[in-house]
Amino acid sequence: MKEYLQKYFVLRKHNMNVAWKKAKNRKMCYLFLAPYAILFTMFYVFPVVASIYYSFTYYNILEPPRFIGLQNYVSLVLQDDIFLIGVKNTMMIALITGPLGYILSFLFAWLINELPRWIRSIAVIVFYAPSIAGNCYVIFSVFFRGDAYGYVNAFLMNLGIIDAPILWFINPQYMLPICMVVILWMSLGTGFLSFVAGLQGVDRAQFEAGYMDGIKNRWQELWYITLPNMKPMLMFGAVMSITQSFGVADVTMALCGYPSTDYAARTIVTHLFDYGFSRFEMGYACAIATILFLMMILCNKAIQSLLRRVGT
Amino acid sequence: MSKKLIKKRKPNRSIAGDIALYVFLLLVAFVMAFPIIYAVSSALKPLDELFKFPPKIFAQHPTMDNFSDLFVTMGKSWVTFSRYLFNTVFITFLGTFGHLIIASMGAFVLAKYDFPGNQTFFKVVTVAMMFTGWVTQIPNYLILNKLGWIDTYWSIIIPAFASPMGLFLMKQFMEGLPTSLIEAAKIDGANEWLVFSRIVMPNVKPAWMTLIIFSVQGLWNNKASTYIYSEERKTLVYALQQIQSGGIARTGQGAAVLVVVMIVPIIIFVFSESQILETMASSGLKD
Repeated sequence: MKEYLQKYFVLRKHNMNVAWKKAKNRKMCYLFLAPYAILFTMFYVFPVVASIYYSFTYYNILEPPRFIGLQNYVSLVLQDDIFLIGVKNTMMIALITGPLGYILSFLFAWLINELPRWIRSIAVIVFYAPSIAGNCYVIFSVFFRGDAYGYVNAFLMNLGIIDAPILWFINPQYMLPICMVVILWMSLGTGFLSFVAGLQGVDRAQFEAGYMDGIKNRWQELWYITLPNMKPMLMFGAVMSITQSFGVADVTMALCGYPSTDYAARTIVTHLFDYGFSRFEMGYACAIATILFLMMILCNKAIQSLLRRVGT
Repeated sequence: MSKKLIKKRKPNRSIAGDIALYVFLLLVAFVMAFPIIYAVSSALKPLDELFKFPPKIFAQHPTMDNFSDLFVTMGKSWVTFSRYLFNTVFITFLGTFGHLIIASMGAFVLAKYDFPGNQTFFKVVTVAMMFTGWVTQIPNYLILNKLGWIDTYWSIIIPAFASPMGLFLMKQFMEGLPTSLIEAAKIDGANEWLVFSRIVMPNVKPAWMTLIIFSVQGLWNNKASTYIYSEERKTLVYALQQIQSGGIARTGQGAAVLVVVMIVPIIIFVFSESQILETMASSGLKD
């Protein structure tokens, strides 16, 4: 056993030496990478670590952080009802708009794939535009205005479905569904582009071979040829749509107000924002951030292992 | 002509299916485009048409009044509209430029050289794409505070340099470049910097556009309200929210700002679509 360990360490040392020599030879590479690596560490890696650290403290910027153990997490789960509403809403939004937006992205990318070239480029612009149109979603507050002059209200009243205008963004019953519609409207984003590009790259010869082997309709073609070829893009798209759907806050804050009636449109991010930048309870806010971080990473890992099985 | 069409059609498609598909896509495209069309036409409506009931979707007598109002009425306010516009343009331009250079330099060595730590670093970057910026918001605030950058443009610009998405796409795209190209240049005596600036960068122009659109999209729509609190350094999107909360009298101007905000990313995308799609073809996540 001792001998084995010794051998292992000799090997490790040797490997380290080789790596060190290689690194010395490649000094140039590190110089190239350095600007990005430093900034990335500063604004992406370090903050995550710092966030986990602060989540165990009470910190309000004015006084130095005070270690309080798991207190923040305990109060989040046991005492903070509003946080639980936020978790519930975020999960609802993520579970509905996430997969749905993902499927829609793929579906439309696939449907427009066979259109002639110039129609396809127009279609890509039309479908992609909402996700880069900045704050354009606030226009939905005009459609869903609470009085009888709002389009949706007027339309429904003319049809006789309702007899009094509905306060869409004030009545908790309607807030989330409308926000989800808006989020879905904006969901054909980066993943969609990736799908469009990926579908163009599928080897034509495989389809020819498919016809010979008796693939009958477009659905079989999709399942047996297209999807397996698209796996890396599917993975990328999944990452994008998970990141988006867990980070929802702008839409709910802009449409339903901040804070919203009865906190009915509160999400985890809104809660984080509230504690971090309105109440300056940084420790508590960091605990929320850490929970959100873990949720997103775990969800990503789970989805990726699921997607690995597509077409196999 | 019809013969050619038939030849181009895949043999396993039904005509009925194709027609249904077109109709369906047309409907969806209309629904997707409607809010944007509506926003543009509201911005072009004169005051009396904005409040007409039942409303018309298209402006009957389109005017540019709302846009000129933006500059005239907002020009008299304490912080003028042109100042908000300048802030946003400045942040977007510098942030995008720096991001493009720094991320491309990193992507170049990650894609084309083998050195210890290469794989690990790239994996960490991919993980960073898996969570939103919100997670790092608070520690970032503390870091920027320590650096003394709070309430300056740098608080928005510098973190934007390190966006993981840009590096990821650039690296994936650069991997498609033939290594022989780089080797040939090296034999001719070019050093790494020359290889990077003269050979690699001109060859990855499609990826530039992709980085630019993602970076512009993030920065142009940045509210910047958490890191910047001086009114004269706030951005266009922030001004937009102020105008919209100005109530019903500002409806027209609100729509006009909306158009100003959304038009820039959309135009960039329209003009660079084919290049962006070319880059996205290599965006897949391999494991």
